[in-house]
Amino acid sequence: MRGPTKIVTGGLFPVKVLEEKHKLATRWFHWINFPVLSLMIFSGMLIYWAYDPYRIGIGSFTLFHFFPNWFYDLTGIGQQLAFGMALHFAIAWLFALNGLAYVIYTVFSGEWRELLPEKKSLAEALRVAMHDMGFKVPLPPQGRYNAAQRITYSLIVLMGFLSLLSGLAIYKPAQLSWLTALLGGYEWARFEHFWLTMGYVAFFVIHIAQVIRAGWASFRAMVCGYDLVEGKNAG
Amino acid sequence: MPAEKSAEAELARKSRRSFLALGAGAAVVAGALYALDTEAMEDEIPASLRSVLRFNEKVVRSTLFSNDHLVATYPASAIGKLKKNGDYGMDKPIDISAWRLEVAGRQLTLDDIRTLPRVTEIIDFKCVEGWSTVTQFAGARLSDFTAKFAPGGEKSAYVGMQTPDKEYYVSLDMPSALHPQTLLAYEMNGAPLKEDHGAPLRLCIPVKYGIKNIKRIARIEYTDTRPADYWTEQGYDWYAGL
Repeated sequence: MRGPTKIVTGGLFPVKVLEEKHKLATRWFHWINFPVLSLMIFSGMLIYWAYDPYRIGIGSFTLFHFFPNWFYDLTGIGQQLAFGMALHFAIAWLFALNGLAYVIYTVFSGEWRELLPEKKSLAEALRVAMHDMGFKVPLPPQGRYNAAQRITYSLIVLMGFLSLLSGLAIYKPAQLSWLTALLGGYEWARFEHFWLTMGYVAFFVIHIAQVIRAGWASFRAMVCGYDLVEGKNAG
Repeated sequence: MPAEKSAEAELARKSRRSFLALGAGAAVVAGALYALDTEAMEDEIPASLRSVLRFNEKVVRSTLFSNDHLVATYPASAIGKLKKNGDYGMDKPIDISAWRLEVAGRQLTLDDIRTLPRVTEIIDFKCVEGWSTVTQFAGARLSDFTAKFAPGGEKSAYVGMQTPDKEYYVSLDMPSALHPQTLLAYEMNGAPLKEDHGAPLRLCIPVKYGIKNIKRIARIEYTDTRPADYWTEQGYDWYAGL
């Protein structure tokens, strides 16, 4: 996380002041979601194992099958469909409630203004991405979230909502047949549910890499909410 | 610089407090997982998860389930090849001419069941494993069957069904059993039911997973105490409603 850097003009020495980076509520939602989503993915894998048709490939050529046997052997995933379903349909409550609470909070607190992408976000995100990949591109001025973060974090919330909907469509395709039909039918809903999950895994990998890159202060800010920034010399 | 010192000290204080809270949270999660791993099992899954399944069932039955909610139906061109996925209770051949259906103290023949209105439906048969196959079934509505051969049975809370050897057995909640798309099926994909698919009579209950669609039914009972259910004993959700 890059906070706004303020130019010190008033005093002899730059003075570090505390700046709030993340609201308490946001941090709670984030850190609750971490184990909850992890358990959803784990239990989802236990379910997916029982019927695992998805792959990357064309025709009879398969580049990668989700998942190869070595993966199941390595992770111990398999033969636990009943437990996986029970766990999935229990933790799903936490996932849904935490996610809905986050959305409601973000809407009513006005935080959405700092999260949702703006018109200029796409162009800026490109510059952020190029800068992050090592190109010498000047960064645009940053708010709480840079343009790439605005797009990614909004997308991940949207994905969460779609996961909830596609999950319900597979869970109750008879009672919620309208929802299942809306998502293209039972098999499509399962397909969408799976690839959304793969999306989280991809997000997680990039997210962790970015946190490591951004450094300890940024991680600490997600935990305690604050970081030191150079401020105006009050003395 | 006292201001800077105090800012750094304040951050250190906030940080210490927050990381302790995060650690406590991690301990709570670890404790919950440990409890889940070590707690008593109820029918092969942790008892707490069994409670949540019962809670989910209550929510679904009180807010979602309706006889007006019909499962999607398909054109004949969509019919696939339903695989035989289990033969519990069917490992020996059956003498279909000697077969009878025991219900409410009576021994019914297939012709008795054929006296009821014949209903055909092409539905997506959904296995608990995750796959599904569009299949056509024809037979009598279980609600019609109940009204004619076990009148008053519909007032019970449950229906139980068994194979002749009692090796496979299911129990159903009454609303699902009386759902208009729940059939006692004697035909599949336009032909008499084959032995692999439960000849001479099986259940087609598309508001439930395949595990409830018992083949080769020999006994049906209406009761207020929940009859045993094969896959519930193996850890699956008893309700198994779609």
